[in-house]
Amino acid sequence: MWGKLSLQAIPLHEPIALIAGGTVFAALGAILIWVALKGYIPYLWREWITSVDHKRIGIMYVLLALVMLLRGFSDALMMRAQQAVAFQAPGFLPPEHYDQIFTAHGTIMIFFVAMPLVIGLMNFVVPLQLGVRDVAFPTLNSVGFWLTAAGALLVNLSLVVGEFARTGWLAFPPLSEITYSPGVGVDYYLWSLQISGIGTLMTGINMVTTILKVRAPGMSYMRMPIFCWTSLASSLLIVAAFPVLTATLGMLLLDRYAGFHFFTNLAGGNAMMFMNLIWAWGHPEVYILALPAFGVFSEVVPTFSGKALFGRRSVVMATMGICILSFTVWLHHFFTMGAGGDVNGFFGIASMIIAVPTGVKVFNWLFTMYGGRVRYDTPMLWSIAFMVTFVIGGMTGVLLASPAADFLLHNSLFLVAHFHNVIIGAVLFGGFAGYAYWFPKAFGFRLDETLGKAAFWCWLIGFYVAFGPLYVLGFEGMTRRMQHYDRPEWHPWLLLAGAGALIILCGIALQIAQLAVSIRNRAQLRDATGDPWDGRSLEWATLSPPPAFNFAVLPLVAGPDPHWDFKERAREPNHPSREEPVYEPIEMPRNSATGFVTAFLAVVTGFSLIWHIWWAVILGLSGAYATFVVFAWRDLADTVIPAGEVARLDHASRATRVAALTAEVLR
Amino acid sequence: MSSQVLRAPPVSYPDYRVAHATNASQASGHGAGGPAPKRIVVGYGFWIFLLSDVILFSALFASYAVLFKNTAGGPTARQLFDLRNVAIETGCLLASTFACGMASLAVARRSLKWTQIALLITGFLGLAFVLLEAREFAGLVAHGAGPTRSAFLSSFFTLVGCHGAHVTSGLIWLATMMAQFRAKGFREDIRLRFLCFTLFWHALDIIWVAIFSLVYLVGTLPPQMLP
Amino acid sequence: MLDSLAIMLAIVIPTILATLAVGWWFRASNRRARYRPDFVYSGRLELIVWSIPALVIFFLGGIAWISAHKLDPAQPLPSKAPVIEVQVVSLDWKWLFIYPNQSIASVNRLVIPAGVPFHLRITSASVFNVFFVPRLGSEIYSMYGMITQLTLEANRPGVYFGLSAHFSGDGFPGMTFDVHAVPAAQFTRWVARARSVGPTLDRRAYQSLLQQSENVSPYTYRAVQPGLFDAIVRGELPPGPGPKPATATTTTSKEYPGHVG
Repeated sequence: MWGKLSLQAIPLHEPIALIAGGTVFAALGAILIWVALKGYIPYLWREWITSVDHKRIGIMYVLLALVMLLRGFSDALMMRAQQAVAFQAPGFLPPEHYDQIFTAHGTIMIFFVAMPLVIGLMNFVVPLQLGVRDVAFPTLNSVGFWLTAAGALLVNLSLVVGEFARTGWLAFPPLSEITYSPGVGVDYYLWSLQISGIGTLMTGINMVTTILKVRAPGMSYMRMPIFCWTSLASSLLIVAAFPVLTATLGMLLLDRYAGFHFFTNLAGGNAMMFMNLIWAWGHPEVYILALPAFGVFSEVVPTFSGKALFGRRSVVMATMGICILSFTVWLHHFFTMGAGGDVNGFFGIASMIIAVPTGVKVFNWLFTMYGGRVRYDTPMLWSIAFMVTFVIGGMTGVLLASPAADFLLHNSLFLVAHFHNVIIGAVLFGGFAGYAYWFPKAFGFRLDETLGKAAFWCWLIGFYVAFGPLYVLGFEGMTRRMQHYDRPEWHPWLLLAGAGALIILCGIALQIAQLAVSIRNRAQLRDATGDPWDGRSLEWATLSPPPAFNFAVLPLVAGPDPHWDFKERAREPNHPSREEPVYEPIEMPRNSATGFVTAFLAVVTGFSLIWHIWWAVILGLSGAYATFVVFAWRDLADTVIPAGEVARLDHASRATRVAALTAEVLR
Repeated sequence: MSSQVLRAPPVSYPDYRVAHATNASQASGHGAGGPAPKRIVVGYGFWIFLLSDVILFSALFASYAVLFKNTAGGPTARQLFDLRNVAIETGCLLASTFACGMASLAVARRSLKWTQIALLITGFLGLAFVLLEAREFAGLVAHGAGPTRSAFLSSFFTLVGCHGAHVTSGLIWLATMMAQFRAKGFREDIRLRFLCFTLFWHALDIIWVAIFSLVYLVGTLPPQMLP
Repeated sequence: MLDSLAIMLAIVIPTILATLAVGWWFRASNRRARYRPDFVYSGRLELIVWSIPALVIFFLGGIAWISAHKLDPAQPLPSKAPVIEVQVVSLDWKWLFIYPNQSIASVNRLVIPAGVPFHLRITSASVFNVFFVPRLGSEIYSMYGMITQLTLEANRPGVYFGLSAHFSGDGFPGMTFDVHAVPAAQFTRWVARARSVGPTLDRRAYQSLLQQSENVSPYTYRAVQPGLFDAIVRGELPPGPGPKPATATTTTSKEYPGHVG
């Protein structure tokens, strides 16, 4: 009746996991009860859970990412602590637990921190920058978010019911086959990624359609903000790469559940094929993460330099070049699998070639700052740190791209240091920059600058202290994922790396403090003008936070940096008085519970698949179909805001902002 | 505190003039005419989805190609494939697509009767395809040539079965569309959904052409002609 | 590799310094810096900025191509003395080294004469592993049903640390081994001693090796069934069975056993 599920699934033999998971779920439960008692549930349901507004969905994505960052970082702290003490000693984490921790660390950081962070920023910002009201498919957007959240929930459920995979974050066979991983861990991994993968694909489709087909009048391709270009490239990569992930994980699922032989040792299975398929997805995936981060910097650096982006066209070409080239390099992840000099050489050269457009962008940002007036608010600090850190990481990448070098460094801590260097340097720093930059737009008040700067320095110093030693360890022959080791020369470096992790912990604590303090001081930090940074693109032409419809009247775009141009024209002494725009009724999509219900059913279905509770699987899938039919059956898809109401809201917004600007002039 | 914004704020408030009186699209083909109309947006988005589905199938085709020779001492393609059955399946699917095209015409004419008839025929032919395929699979399993026998068979069943699963989902969608037409008539959003369905159905046809060429026809070539 | 690093540092260090310098000089509070809001395009700069990295990559790519061929693991090393053949099987979680020409085998310790190349043919009994002796040369995967090759040579006698560089399960960290490079005469003596005492590696002994175990102290087999390695690769012997069904894990060492035996 309950499949493989029994009381033994509760991991009493792994007290750390149980206590950690139990505490988290207890805390979540307490928060839920508090929310219910305070009467916030109707508000949350109406304004957030069933919202199809891209701004709300974007905020929820970023919130999910930041919460999961805490989980992923806790895993990192445990790993660093174990490796600091497990020198000629077993440490405090037995292998079967340690192995789950590093697997969960990688899985969560990539799929449930980096992806939602980047997708959340794309969701919030792109429609505003394009000068339109929402993405192409708002309800689909909501479904995509909630499916991602469902995947995150499943991964965390494995803490308290069952176990997680013990294979590393990409679950290579034959280790991940049923023979060598008979438990439910790999199944948790597979189903949560399949579910969130569907959500991500929906986002990709949505973004591509929006950017290509839903833009303000006058916004030709070359007038699009660079963040939208990088979002387009990233979304095209999602559409092209995620189906490969779905197919590959699906094949592994068939092996595990139905006795198929895609990757098994016997009956002709080919585990090398998994490596090829998974990395054919895996390499584009890192560019899916990195490109929007480059886009963030392409917005932040010009804004805080008071100068347009240098070499706009070449940045666009570099972006699209990276997009295409990212499909030609995947074999560099397994040079040591023995493909021979010709194949290895080709992919090594291709991997070096892709470094060119990536590196050239750094010069574009550099020359943007040259001749500018650079203001060092937190987003700009993150940008400078990125430019330095990412260049170092990219250099180590080119080193690894040489097969002969990789023969000594594959899977070593040098590799681990390299990819953390580029992912933290680009994606995380970019995410934090975007978070600080667009936070006022999303919530109407700025983040505390002092705490932001303090957090930044802790992160920067902590990062170098934590990962610098790993480069050395790679050269000393230490490989990754070691639960214990004997070599004395490795020990001091691992202690240093542990110290670095603690410094990063301070940074994270400061970021949490920053959020709390900013909320408390929001009156003083209020952004009334909608344009706290003297921005260049259209999102700064709205109130903070923008009304549901973003723009009362869609702006007519005449060049790149349209908001900057508007402001410049408004400074002209003989600027003609503003004409009253023609207000029209606005159709806004209705809220829908489809996303939330679908995700709930996805969790039920996923959990039941993991534990082989087949009747619940059928129930879940039928429920999903029923949800789809209910959504398809609705008669009212949109609500209409009458023109008079739009006019009133717009006048009020302008009045507020004019007052704020006047106050600033007087000051 | 935050750094000072150094430029003087604008004297008057910036304006956003719209060139035309409405927010409607003046699509010029370069995307600069404002947001495209809903029909284009929905169709475009669905095309992108179909392209992603093609990539899914490409991964399955790739694994089939890699595992083709890994028969683990078991039966090979040449020994197993029944081309006559495949021809009938192909006929059913192509005829079904034709009927779907007829249904599109009936929808354009707003004729509920002919729409439902054409969709019913589409459905029956699609169902025939699925049943024939299920019978083929059952036969293979009964002869010890099921997907657990070898890697080649795993990849065959998965590739062809994935297409069959898509067709089955399409049939469920088709039934839902028939119910929607009956309940709600030819409202614009229902027609848009039907447009997506026809795109889906035609795309499945294209995938099937690839399958019967690369799997069945190539698979039954004499060994000396195989790559 | 060091020259590649040097070449790249020649670009990277100036770029980082330029970033910091430009960021410092053009800070908003610096009134002496000239504000040039129209400096948004320069064809000449673009040309330089694209061509220098492209040229460097062109050059490094050439080095990469050549070294990928020269240092390919399967490339043999030139030698006057006959190459020592060793067949390697990665198991859960130990390494089996079979010397087919000497008819002995060793677990978790590879003894070879210094100054003589040894040619490794490598396979796996179960999951992927990577054979790696950091001080001696390249990594190479070990995969069930397949043979990968590597030729190494220890120029000087000594003990070289070896490990698996691909995570293979709970016992993975204990999967380290030693390479003892010894003078030729000592190697002959070691072979003779190994032939005189110890168990025989036949199919039954191999089956027990297949069971999961970790932190195995090195030992030798006095005789090896001929063709055992090829039988393993051809699949005539089953792969490792994985964890025992009763517990999903192997026993973990509560006390640290001290690995090097």
